[in-house]
Amino acid sequence: MKMIYKMKNSIKILLLFILIPFLAKSQGILEGGSVHGNFEINSQYYNSDDKLGITDSILNGKVFGMNAFGNINYTNGNFSAGIRYEAYLPPLSGFDIRYEGHGIPFWYTSYKTKDVDITIGHFYEQFGNGLVLRSYQEWMLGSDNSFNGARVIAHPFKGITLKGLIGTQRYYWEAYENNNRGIVKGLDAEFFLNDVLKVLKESKTKIMIGSSFVSNYEKTRTKTIIQDTIKYEYQLPNNVAAFAGRMNISRRKINFGTEYAYKINNPSAMNNYIYKNGEAFLANLSYSKKGLGIMFSAKRIDNMSYKSKMTELSNALDINYLPPLSKQHKYSLATIYPYATQPNGEMGIQGQIMYTIPKKSKLGGKYGTKVEINYSNVHSLKKEQVSDEIGIDSTGTLGYTSGFLNIGEVNYYEDFNVMMTRKLNKSWKVKLSYINMKYNIDVVEGHTGEENVHAQIGVLDVLYKINYTNSLRFVYQQMFTEQDKGDWAAAMLEYNIAPKWFFSVMDEYNYGNPEEDMKLHYYSVAFAFVKNVTRVSVSYGRQREGLLCVGGVCRQVPASNGLSLTFSSSF
Amino acid sequence: MIKKTILFALILMITGTAFSQTKKRQLPAVDIKLPSGETFNTSNIQNDGKPIILSFWAQWCSPCISELDAFNEVYSDWQEETGIKLYAISIDDVRKSSNALPFAYGRDWDFEILLDPNCDFKRALNFQNVPQTFILDGKGNIVWQHTSFAEGGEYEIIKLLRKVTNGEDISDQH
Repeated sequence: MKMIYKMKNSIKILLLFILIPFLAKSQGILEGGSVHGNFEINSQYYNSDDKLGITDSILNGKVFGMNAFGNINYTNGNFSAGIRYEAYLPPLSGFDIRYEGHGIPFWYTSYKTKDVDITIGHFYEQFGNGLVLRSYQEWMLGSDNSFNGARVIAHPFKGITLKGLIGTQRYYWEAYENNNRGIVKGLDAEFFLNDVLKVLKESKTKIMIGSSFVSNYEKTRTKTIIQDTIKYEYQLPNNVAAFAGRMNISRRKINFGTEYAYKINNPSAMNNYIYKNGEAFLANLSYSKKGLGIMFSAKRIDNMSYKSKMTELSNALDINYLPPLSKQHKYSLATIYPYATQPNGEMGIQGQIMYTIPKKSKLGGKYGTKVEINYSNVHSLKKEQVSDEIGIDSTGTLGYTSGFLNIGEVNYYEDFNVMMTRKLNKSWKVKLSYINMKYNIDVVEGHTGEENVHAQIGVLDVLYKINYTNSLRFVYQQMFTEQDKGDWAAAMLEYNIAPKWFFSVMDEYNYGNPEEDMKLHYYSVAFAFVKNVTRVSVSYGRQREGLLCVGGVCRQVPASNGLSLTFSSSF
Repeated sequence: MIKKTILFALILMITGTAFSQTKKRQLPAVDIKLPSGETFNTSNIQNDGKPIILSFWAQWCSPCISELDAFNEVYSDWQEETGIKLYAISIDDVRKSSNALPFAYGRDWDFEILLDPNCDFKRALNFQNVPQTFILDGKGNIVWQHTSFAEGGEYEIIKLLRKVTNGEDISDQH
């Protein structure tokens, strides 16, 4: 019966899709339409490697992995529609195994004018800084929390943007049915006051204010937990709401932005089912003039994990986004210990100075010297017991109390780094970096009981231009640490012929590993060819185990050995 | 079944239009942000009939910064010769988007800075990796697109800009 119903539906849709183009054609709508898209294939052939502990039995016949996607978008005037096909056959190692398979996880139709933008199907969205709502995709990390539903964006007057949406979020390939996850609703309003208020029309001070409301509905909201042989059945809220208010003021060289978010109690697997309300605060202050940029930011995160499924513990189904306040390092050894936001609670600050020492000055040299200094520090929250009998974070209680400005004693992350870039003459360019970081590996990676890693990293990055299009680049990195896997050294040589050819050889050597037989070389060779928008790259060698992070999301990449091939293009 | 039907129908539509696609590609109109927090629609990317470069970058992307440093060194010469305007569009997310302007100023860049913190503009232009560079002719048509950067890549760009300024078609150049 269900099958017949489905078939009838399909026939209706098929008829609709055949009729629309015909009707459209007769009205001339199809004329002037355009089709664009892009695709990418990432594949890897895996070798066994006894030193890395990858034996034939671990590979278990999985000698090949492939992640691929293709986007096709059709646009015609105000109308657009598109699909994305994805295939994980099987997923590359390190990606969630629930991705295995292929299909169309993303499709949309949208109609857009100057005043209104309506989308039906899948979409990505961010309210303000994302503290209460952000859906986005990071292909390299296998993270995608797109909404499937409907969204309307309206600009009723100049300077005013209103957004409303309703939908469910992507969960690998699992379709939404029978309330297997939450339904998210959201409203957002933003006002650029210089356009809205006459008094500010001519003002050099620019002011933007905005506010958001988000609610997640989950039908099944009871949770049975057994504690000390007693069975508890907790009643959980069906609807969990979150609110946020934000503001940005800028005047000439100074810019100040802030957002505060509040979330109604949301007991979940992430916070050990406590009934405390959550809050988040973010502020940025910056000063920019030619040759100098200064930035300072601060944040507080307090019980702010917000997912559309209360039992979810992985990166999936996040409704909001809590940005880590630390520098995203570019050199490979400096990415061994990347910080990730602790959604249950943290307080952090960050400061950065960018300065160009003017050219032809004594210090600046002929071409000027660029200096970048960055410092960040993240601590725990100071949590106090709700009452003498109730331990902190006890399930079924209010969890803890914490004053807004109460910083805890546990240091999660601290990073001081300096980077200098100087062009010596027409052929040579040198970059020097020094990084000094403390990383709480117990909290960030869950290595219980391990002491904080204190690492110092030095990098020398030299570029030699042979002629207009040929260049050589040599990078040497050295990391010293007494903890975790000990010292590392890395060297890389790159030869590029602009704008098409790239060759590199690299070795990362963990010579300080406390285990004698883990003092390994991670060598690799790579080659890439680019022609306009088409890029092919091939690399062969060992890949170090580690966290790969883009934006605020990280993925654990297991050690591997083999040949990888990437192909991407757009049209 | 439904998905297959939709796919089939879309393919029909797409092949139908792809064959009749003669119009040059223009920038999609997407709401992004100015560093002041003001909403900026990408249809306002303009340069009085002169060519435009769009360069997508992020603070975590080393080749992006090398590329914009290299462009910056020759930017005033390029402007004098071709009247070009360069928009450097940061795809840093909230973690670093508020630092894009101080970063650019601190590096002495002279470009227009725009923020695309949730990659809406990037998605509308259908590409995956940064750096990604576009050249638009005086009429706003996208005439060239390139991914990745190697030192010396800037010489290729100026050659193309000269052709665009002379009204030559470079869409089949590489």
